Amino acid sequence: MATLSVTAAPSAWAGLRNDLIAAAVIAVLGAIGWFVYPDDLAFLTRVIGLAFLVISLDLVTGYCGVATLGHAALFGVGAYAAGNFCLAGVTDPILMLLIGALAGMATGLVSGLLVTRFRGLPQLVLSIAFGQLVAALANKLSSITGGSDGLAGISASPVFGIFNFDMFGRTGYVFSVIVLLITMVVLLRFARSPFALMCRAIKDDTLRTRMIGVSVYPRLVVMYCVAGAVAGLGGALTAINTGVIGLDSVSFERSAEALIMLILGGAGNLWGALIGAILFELFHHYVSAASPFHWMILVGVLLIVVVLFFPKGLVNEVTRRIGDFRQARAAR
Amino acid sequence: MTTLLEVQHLSKSFGGLRVTDDVSFTLASGDRVALIGPNGAGKTTLVNQLSGDLAPSDGRILLAGEDVTKAPIPERVRGGLVRTFQVTRLFTSLTVAENVALAVMQRRGLTRRMFSSVLDRSDVRDEWQGVLSLLGIGHLAATPVTKLAYGQQRLLDLAIGLAMKPRVLVLDEPAAGVPHDESPRILEAIGRMSPEIAILMIEHDMDLVFKFAKRVLVLANGALIFEGTPAEVKENDAVRAAYLGNYADARRAS
Repeated sequence: MATLSVTAAPSAWAGLRNDLIAAAVIAVLGAIGWFVYPDDLAFLTRVIGLAFLVISLDLVTGYCGVATLGHAALFGVGAYAAGNFCLAGVTDPILMLLIGALAGMATGLVSGLLVTRFRGLPQLVLSIAFGQLVAALANKLSSITGGSDGLAGISASPVFGIFNFDMFGRTGYVFSVIVLLITMVVLLRFARSPFALMCRAIKDDTLRTRMIGVSVYPRLVVMYCVAGAVAGLGGALTAINTGVIGLDSVSFERSAEALIMLILGGAGNLWGALIGAILFELFHHYVSAASPFHWMILVGVLLIVVVLFFPKGLVNEVTRRIGDFRQARAAR
Repeated sequence: MTTLLEVQHLSKSFGGLRVTDDVSFTLASGDRVALIGPNGAGKTTLVNQLSGDLAPSDGRILLAGEDVTKAPIPERVRGGLVRTFQVTRLFTSLTVAENVALAVMQRRGLTRRMFSSVLDRSDVRDEWQGVLSLLGIGHLAATPVTKLAYGQQRLLDLAIGLAMKPRVLVLDEPAAGVPHDESPRILEAIGRMSPEIAILMIEHDMDLVFKFAKRVLVLANGALIFEGTPAEVKENDAVRAAYLGNYADARRAS
């Protein structure tokens, strides 16, 4: 979990145990997906791609308190970069992921330099402006983005030269689950690091962190770069799995949806981001199938219910209530 | 004794209003100095200039002989100038231990680390535990800040400052908002701090000031009107007129 336990044994073993638990949870989730939706793996793969975006958003919004509605830019640029390199002949999926992460990181750097300079409404407006700028560029630069037709024909070579991306999306799904697993284990360690702890402190009280000698701005920019790499990874993964990148990957709607997923699951907690993305997409999947014209109304109702009854997000509220319950039982 | 902080002719104006008026004083290692003055005298404004939160209009601030008048806050902190706040400013989503550990890790240059926690590394742990037990809140280490009583929050505020290993510690009303019978605990905690530290304390509670300070600076309308021992301050007519008179009246009335 993202929360730190000061009573944990001060050993490398405690860290390793946390890693193993996280890996096991994601492997189990992945296996559940495989068996419950055997014919819909493409849908699940899409959810995983989006989860990267939401986790990335959590790093800047949940951990640092940065308000942004332009985060899809980091995801989209990662996707376009991986796609273009693939079309130019770099078809190795792992190299494509790396390219996506680097492109996302570079976008995160530019976006972070701009957005974290300010706080509150100016910050929100700048984030929207940055997102719209990238979206407009994606539309105009059709030679590298395919414009409104999308960038098509992306076809990654087999993973390690062995595992072909098949038409049923099995390889894509397993590949995505593994990338997610590795990313989550690394990020959960990152979330326990002094750097991330300081980011949470900056969110709580920026002036006080400065008064203990912290230069806040560079830290937030670095966090934006990390978030950019994560979002870019998700973008590249989506490009590999779908073979096509549309303008929707950099759209305002994508940014706003990611924020909704984060609030649903619980900001400031990487599990919250992951679960939020899964729940939102599952809800979307079922409700839009049952009621294609009214599903957005139901999303609105769901959000209102969550914010009213679980203001800190589902995962944070559930963990808190379990904690309270345990405390009460221990007190008895 | 070595001079640690030297304030020379410090002035600050907001438009036509002079809120700090040619203030000069020095703090040496081991000093226990109180800064008093009636409400609106400009005490917090003065502290904000010392800490770097507010730029002075004129004058100089020297920290261990080095001019830090224009230095950004982190640079002053690295130089050993640390402050606490009149209203507690804590990291409310974290635990007591994490609050102090962050200050420890920042001072030791560990907060750039991006992989795994160092909170339980023995050298870091010893230090935050040491500070917490010095201030008598060691048993609260694992408690979330939001569950602390106000007096405990004030002590944690001091602990964060202390974890920075300050050479000059500026305490802005450390007992503000603490029930009167609990304020001795704050004073006791300050009393346990290293005798090397130069402490400048802004305080309204005169009992606390007279127990703590060896020297008192009196500020009125932004200017220093008197400097002396607590006994001299009590006897001085100008001070009494500006400040203590009101205080004595208030005490008599209550």
